[in-house]
Amino acid sequence: MMLCKLSLKNFKKSFKDYAVYFFTLILGVAVFYIFNAIDSQTIMLEVTSSTREIIDLMTNMLSGVSVFVSFVLGFLIIYASRFLMKRRHHEFGIYMTLGMSKGKISKILLIETLLIGCISLIVGLGLGIMISQVMSIFVANMFEANLTKFTFVISASAIIKTIGYFGIMYLIVMIFNTINVSRCKLIDLIYANKKTEKIRLKNPVLCIIIFMISVCLLGYAYYMVLNRYGMMESAAEILIPIALGCISTFFIFWSLSGMLLRIVMSLKKFYYKGINSFTFRQISSKINTTVMSMSIICIMLFLTICILSSALSMKNSLNANINELAPVDIQMMKTMDRDEKSIEDGYTQEQIEDSKLSIEETLKKLNFESDRYFKDVVDIMIYATNDLKVQDSLGSKLETVKKTYPYLDYTTAESIIRVSDYNKLARLFHKEEISLNENEYAIVADFDSWISIRNEGLKENTPIEILGKTYYPKYSECIDGFVYISSNHINAGLFVVPDDAVNDSIRAENVLTANYNASNTEEKSEIEEKIIALDQEDYAENTTISASTRLSIEEASTGLGAMVTFIGIYLGIIFLISSAALLALKELSESADNKSRYRMLRKIGVDEKQINKSVFEQIAIFFLAPLLLAVIHSIFGIQFCNLILNSFGTDQMLTSILMTAGVLLIIYGGYFLITYYSSKWMIEEK
Amino acid sequence: METILKIEDIEKYYGNKSSLTKAIDHISFEVNKGEFISIMGASGSGKTTLLNCISTIDRVTSGHIYLEGKDITKLKGNELNKFRREELGFIFQDFNLLDTLTAYENIALALSIQNVNAKEIEKRIKEIAQKLNILDILKKYPYQMSGGQKQRVASARAIITNPKLILADEPTGALDSKSSKMLLESFEALNKELKATILMVTHDAFTSSYASRVIFIKDGKIFHELIRGNDTRKEFFDKIIDVVTLLGGNLNDAL
Repeated sequence: MMLCKLSLKNFKKSFKDYAVYFFTLILGVAVFYIFNAIDSQTIMLEVTSSTREIIDLMTNMLSGVSVFVSFVLGFLIIYASRFLMKRRHHEFGIYMTLGMSKGKISKILLIETLLIGCISLIVGLGLGIMISQVMSIFVANMFEANLTKFTFVISASAIIKTIGYFGIMYLIVMIFNTINVSRCKLIDLIYANKKTEKIRLKNPVLCIIIFMISVCLLGYAYYMVLNRYGMMESAAEILIPIALGCISTFFIFWSLSGMLLRIVMSLKKFYYKGINSFTFRQISSKINTTVMSMSIICIMLFLTICILSSALSMKNSLNANINELAPVDIQMMKTMDRDEKSIEDGYTQEQIEDSKLSIEETLKKLNFESDRYFKDVVDIMIYATNDLKVQDSLGSKLETVKKTYPYLDYTTAESIIRVSDYNKLARLFHKEEISLNENEYAIVADFDSWISIRNEGLKENTPIEILGKTYYPKYSECIDGFVYISSNHINAGLFVVPDDAVNDSIRAENVLTANYNASNTEEKSEIEEKIIALDQEDYAENTTISASTRLSIEEASTGLGAMVTFIGIYLGIIFLISSAALLALKELSESADNKSRYRMLRKIGVDEKQINKSVFEQIAIFFLAPLLLAVIHSIFGIQFCNLILNSFGTDQMLTSILMTAGVLLIIYGGYFLITYYSSKWMIEEK
Repeated sequence: METILKIEDIEKYYGNKSSLTKAIDHISFEVNKGEFISIMGASGSGKTTLLNCISTIDRVTSGHIYLEGKDITKLKGNELNKFRREELGFIFQDFNLLDTLTAYENIALALSIQNVNAKEIEKRIKEIAQKLNILDILKKYPYQMSGGQKQRVASARAIITNPKLILADEPTGALDSKSSKMLLESFEALNKELKATILMVTHDAFTSSYASRVIFIKDGKIFHELIRGNDTRKEFFDKIIDVVTLLGGNLNDAL
């Protein structure tokens, strides 16, 4: 009974002191619930089956990410509770001198953790359930679906999952606390408050040397990431700049904490002005004792910025790409002239017969009236021959290219298209048309890496041979363009040649491009339904015709964009609140020590205004230091993300960076303000 | 002689109506410029409350305190801070040095909050450090100093602003007898050479014997007053002990 009372009282007391900790726990629980309950929000959406599949995939990915998230939060909670424990050593010392056993102290802690756990879970789940109702609007918006009806949804599975995961975390905290208590020595507990910090100033020369080395290392890591990305031979190599970045981050903080004070101290006029000497001593000792956590926080912030800005721009850029890269409603493809050996690959005799027909003819056999449903039809043929493989167009540069990209298949036959066919498509796609002389060829491509490979060959004026005739490049670089509609820049390169350069003997694929004969989306969907229904025709099993449509590309990319965005926001927010909470807790837990310092300052007559200014400066620098380095990291990190994903336009990037900055400002800035006001409140004399 | 501090019928109550504690019960006295006064009393006699009221850390319930004719019980908010930083110097039992700063920086702080420039600060610290014999520990941190050294640094911080009044709360409370003696000799020197007015609170007869006047407090009232006059320190000490004996057993530990 007594123990319960003590726990309750402590809980009340620490509730005041560690509002930030509770706030973070509640936020963590709420975020965890919201993202695990997303699938239940999508139930009321009117979506197609393919979008539904993407939602299922997203749900699975989110629950996978949740495991990772629970590790991050678990780390945060254990770290925070160790921190809070330390602050109470003196209190435990008193209990022990009064004869309380360690077991009982453990029990007090147990009850407290239980209380904290239950309350944060209940409040957090309540908050999560409320917010997730609003989320359904956001979810509908992301999947571009209609919200059929609005219902209040509570996801039982998400609640159980949240309770389960957090229950395990709290259980681990309890075990940690018990171990911690059993290890304590009474003498240390009693004098826990009396220990004065030993101040060791680091050797300034060493600091400067280490700082220089770290900056160079970091610069090299940046350089590697941006310039040598193309040359990396395996994915593992990217770990080198990442490791370099982490190590140099640590040492930059280590050396900076030593240097900062030295620099400020040498500015005597500034140092001996007001209570600047006190302020900077405080900051330096704070950074000095938290180099490791500062580095971790810095890296977490860096991840947050990169993840959020990439994820937010992903959806926008996917959508923007579609207008450019899928400018027509439908494209049908059919491989031509399969040889008899195809039977071994699983094709039937009928299918081989069918591959000799054009798409138009096959459509007739499927009883599809293409004249009625299609307009702007462009029917073209793609050719391929073993005369022209990837390696043939690279000329003398083949060896250097092979060194850079050793994993490419250089023996694939290239796709070839007649210039008149290409121009027909270019007109339809609003692309630049090409005119070629008798012995000239050109390459159209829009995949950046491939463009750079092919430009090597084009610059060399490499001749190619098709059906015994030689052609030279008209341009020294690739022409921007594509033949197949898609959601991304994936055209690795097509050879455009004069019309008489190829003939039916090497035809490879028939491509039929068209718009639907319809004026609005509903009508378009109707036509698309009819095309999907062709699968039910008797002749369908005799053909290998395939199609990609703008509507399906849109759906897939919307779903993909939504998925990436959700996972990005989930991770981003968790990283952000974890790092901000770590900083806030560290700062607040020191406020007890600082209280006596501020009392001294007041006694010798320092103004309240000056004290507040000093507190503000200390917390601001403490919060800004990791953010600043993280922002510098991010400038390069985001560019690297661009390189990998290769599809972002800069203008979308700007909006997403602004949005990221907004999120950062609200959450990080919010934590900063809470920390400032609570420390101010804690050091106030009552 | 010029009166620097005038305490006029002050009272300080703690608690509420049902359990009222009179910490100070109608005390009045005056301090002249250049005096070295010791206020003696057992724990709970109200001596620290008195000091806190004079230093404006605490407020009186009624009565007035005048410093050079200005009523300091009427000061509010930042006026109080300004008053403390410009007119008073403090020396505390537990030194109250900032553990993150060196001795030099601790002393400098008292000047830098008055916007004294860095050069002037350096000059004045050198001077005072010489007088208090702490030149060689200016670069040290509090945890690297002995109690006596810490208290002399605190005294330097108190005196460097040339305050009208130096208030010392049990300055020898945490010191061994040798350090106490050294500190009190520096007090005497500050009092004689720099004409500093010192008001000290203590329960220790030996410490009090360095003062020029001793005021005894019991249960919040002035009980007795001794003036050293031309007595030697030893004679004065004996007189103080006599009063302490009279005061009752509470101060027996003073020896």
